[in-house]
Amino acid sequence: MTNGDTSNVLAARIAPGGGTVQEDNAAELARAPLAVRGLTVSYGEKPAVFSVDATFADKAMTAIVGPNGAGKSTLLKACLGIVPRVAGEVRVFGQPLEAARHRIAYVPQRASVDWDFPTTVLDVVRMGLYREAGLFGRFTGRLDTRARKCLERVGMADFATRQIGQLSGGQQQRVFLARALAQEADLYLLDEPFAGVDAATERAIVDVLKLLKAEGKAVVAVHHDLATVADYFDRVFLINVRRIAEGTVAEAFNAETLAAAYGGRLAATHVDELVLAGPLT
Amino acid sequence: MGADFVQFSLTPILIGVFAAIACALPGNFLILRRQALIGDAISHVVLPGIVVAFLVTGAVSAMPMLLGAAGAAVLAVVLIELVKRIGGVEPGAAMGVVFTTLFAAGVLILEQSDTSSVHLDVEHALMGNLESLIWLRAEGWHSLLDVEALASLPPELPRMALTCLLITALMLVFWRWLKIATFDEGFAASLGIPAAAVGFALVIAAALSAVAAFDAVGSIIVIAMFVCPPAAARLMTQSLERQVIWSVAFATLSAVLGYVLAGYGPLWLGGADAVSAAGMIAVVSGVILGLACLFGPHRARVGAGAA
Repeated sequence: MTNGDTSNVLAARIAPGGGTVQEDNAAELARAPLAVRGLTVSYGEKPAVFSVDATFADKAMTAIVGPNGAGKSTLLKACLGIVPRVAGEVRVFGQPLEAARHRIAYVPQRASVDWDFPTTVLDVVRMGLYREAGLFGRFTGRLDTRARKCLERVGMADFATRQIGQLSGGQQQRVFLARALAQEADLYLLDEPFAGVDAATERAIVDVLKLLKAEGKAVVAVHHDLATVADYFDRVFLINVRRIAEGTVAEAFNAETLAAAYGGRLAATHVDELVLAGPLT
Repeated sequence: MGADFVQFSLTPILIGVFAAIACALPGNFLILRRQALIGDAISHVVLPGIVVAFLVTGAVSAMPMLLGAAGAAVLAVVLIELVKRIGGVEPGAAMGVVFTTLFAAGVLILEQSDTSSVHLDVEHALMGNLESLIWLRAEGWHSLLDVEALASLPPELPRMALTCLLITALMLVFWRWLKIATFDEGFAASLGIPAAAVGFALVIAAALSAVAAFDAVGSIIVIAMFVCPPAAARLMTQSLERQVIWSVAFATLSAVLGYVLAGYGPLWLGGADAVSAAGMIAVVSGVILGLACLFGPHRARVGAGAA
């Protein structure tokens, strides 16, 4: 695997005057939207994520790819401090997590919440304004306008007063995306944003994400559908508990790295079959 | 509605109402988190704590009993975690095992010890003594302004009112934390909201309500009020804010109607004695839930067909 070298080469180009590997590393940590070093997370005795180094670039969409149980969601959650890390370091725009939380938006898995919860679409989007509104601030004026604009951007403006339980899976996912947009962040972390959504929603979400990228934001998404990785994403991070590969799609998404991530049972020509059969474990 | 009412019915009804509301408020969130059993568990496990506190101090006094109950609640939480981790069983099963065992232990200790001299027995633990919490010194509505008469109010009343007030205040202050963390714990944590601590604090608040209410009204009301008013309220509306308001209304209605029916219902039916107020309050709350199931405007799971 050459990807560690690749990223160091990239960092060396950016680091003033070249410098040693350690200095390059430090420069990378200081500027990347999201960088982790030696990240280890464990549920019980078995590590879910083991000693992972990763650097997620700005102005790019990165797919986190790997088989079921490979620690993809866990990696995101550990970056956000939702699950505790056993070891390792997380840097967001060069800062510790707590200092940079306001620059991150998060879209959890749609299936992780109870959509029968008594609330409306607009109310869910308002949760993304919590940081500005605080415990008691009112959602009027500027904040209200922002919430409604975000619903517009995902094509859900007409559903503002709708009960969330009445939405289709695709509509629920759009609402979650609108909530993340309301956070007006610089780094967007999405956990399987395309899982169980209709084709029109998938298209709409990709369009919104590409627009974010064009605005210079960093987008990182856990992604299951290997067939669309090259269409949607610029960069890829392959993981199976440990880091397998990292880089642009052209560099890091190939038969060799997929075989390493999915257990050596695949050739590149089998990628389509893999997609049809669902990810191997 | 004169002096008799103030003397014999006003304080029990108020205590019942405060107890019902104090339990129904956290119940709303416990139900949405699918943790309704926790309220049940807590109200069971406080029994051994209260009995042990009595055996240690030898008196039925509030503070030691509350401490004993709180100790038992903490012990139960620890035991539930242990059973869950070591036994590898699901949380519901762990709770079921721990709270029935502790409750049974409480009953056994109670039976084996000499509590005949005081008003502490299994019946009291289950049904409380709401009917006996009367205001003897009251001579009518004007007694509400009489400092001397007010001093003889049953201590359960201010204690329950204060608990109810505290729970309400906490819920209002941390409303957004509770709402976001209950709907989407992961997202809440990503915002920096201490979601796990919010969940823990909710259980503590429920325990506080249960312990305070237990002493006055017994565990039957506590169990019923954690579940019935919030569950019925959920069927009335699709907004969390309105659900909580409905639950307070249902809790109040259950307490008032239950108390009146227990006192006068049997007489109206030609019977001689009143029935247990706690039992009747719980029954009324159950009937309200039943009616909400049959006629509530939002009784169908709205998302059932759409997803």
